[in-house]
Amino acid sequence: MRNLIFFFYKYYTFILFFLLEFFSFFVLYQYNNYQKASFLNFTGGIASGFYESVNSTTNYFGLRNINDSLLSENARLRAQMLNAYYQSGFTQTSINDTVYKQQYSYISANVVNNSVTKRNNYITIDKGAMHGIEPDMGVISSNGVVGIITSVSKHFATIRSALNGNTKISCMVKKNNAFGSLEWNGDDPKFSSLKYVNKHVPITTEDEVVTSNYSTLFPQGIPVGKIYSHSLDAGDNFHVIKIELYTDFSTLKNVYVIKNILKTEQQILEGDLKGDN
Amino acid sequence: MIIEFLSLILRFFLILLIQLLVINNIELSTYVNPYIYILFILTLPVSMKPWKVVLLSFIAGMTMDTFSSTPGLHMAATGFMGYLRNFYLQFACSKDDIESRMEPSISRKGLVWFVLYMSIMTLIHHTVLFYLEIYSFKEFFRTFFRVLSSSLFTVIILSLGQLLFYRSPKTR
Repeated sequence: MRNLIFFFYKYYTFILFFLLEFFSFFVLYQYNNYQKASFLNFTGGIASGFYESVNSTTNYFGLRNINDSLLSENARLRAQMLNAYYQSGFTQTSINDTVYKQQYSYISANVVNNSVTKRNNYITIDKGAMHGIEPDMGVISSNGVVGIITSVSKHFATIRSALNGNTKISCMVKKNNAFGSLEWNGDDPKFSSLKYVNKHVPITTEDEVVTSNYSTLFPQGIPVGKIYSHSLDAGDNFHVIKIELYTDFSTLKNVYVIKNILKTEQQILEGDLKGDN
Repeated sequence: MIIEFLSLILRFFLILLIQLLVINNIELSTYVNPYIYILFILTLPVSMKPWKVVLLSFIAGMTMDTFSSTPGLHMAATGFMGYLRNFYLQFACSKDDIESRMEPSISRKGLVWFVLYMSIMTLIHHTVLFYLEIYSFKEFFRTFFRVLSSSLFTVIILSLGQLLFYRSPKTR
């Protein structure tokens, strides 16, 4: 017993170091491996509050760009409105609720903190659980895909941006519906890569890449980017595709969080299937 | 004692603010991510008890984690560096330095000593940090390059900061 106490007394620095290091590795492991682990709840959104106050002062410098992007989005949406079309047919169709049931709703949010140069980038937004945001929701901007919600506090939420090693978004080439997975290799925030597209699928540069219908996070057909370059190594089964992203992450200010109303229904159904096997 | 403690806290928040508001916004490249907040640990007095340094390292890392939504990452890296700092200083400092409660700086120990000390500590910190961040050895050489270039920038920024803002006690 005396020896034990003496041992602790002699190596207390190392023991302190070991315990704290063990603790941090534990937290890190948990965060990397479980989707539901919410670090934001643990810290109570202190950092988000700080960034919001910083952001409210620096926001004025980017107002012109924000206005421009909102204007162009307005113009695009206006072009899709019914009164923008010339009516050429005779038949009148009434929009019936039983045919078009709403599946996705959108929550707009402002970016309060963002990074693009780290290996794993995160974005903080100023909407949280109070506004109906939950973990594992897709996030888009007016230009394209942004990322996936990871953790939520009462007033804030963090997004694992598409510029993150752990983010994988199911995508497809628009013209021939060839599926692939969007993964960032950490090189350049303007480009990402599309993996696992089969080699027999013909692709060309400038092909548009959109989100696929396999994902429960994003509606089908949300633009992601266009193919910048592609190559095929001999003996390899998949194309190596470099994608130029539509979303400019370095100037991101406004985003939309996508709420999939039918997501739980789909997941319960698929969960039943897994139980069968 | 209390003044010493308060100045420590003040310095910590000052360095943290510079890191968060200035350095984090330098979006030069994905290979350049300087982390200068480790200066807080590096300039602690040499005579400080090792367990205090380790504890402060973890607190500094945890604060940084809170502001970059990366639980455990900075804590592990800074704690590791803080622990190894004690061993490095044991053979790099003379008895006089320890007795005079020296805070490592260019004016006290000279440019070469300080840059060497800072380079080694920064390399240790950044190596742990960037490899834990990617959490695999899949992109080993790319991450290695990221460690080297970021460390270089960290050391340059810290040295320039020292030369600009720290005056030697004799001239005051």
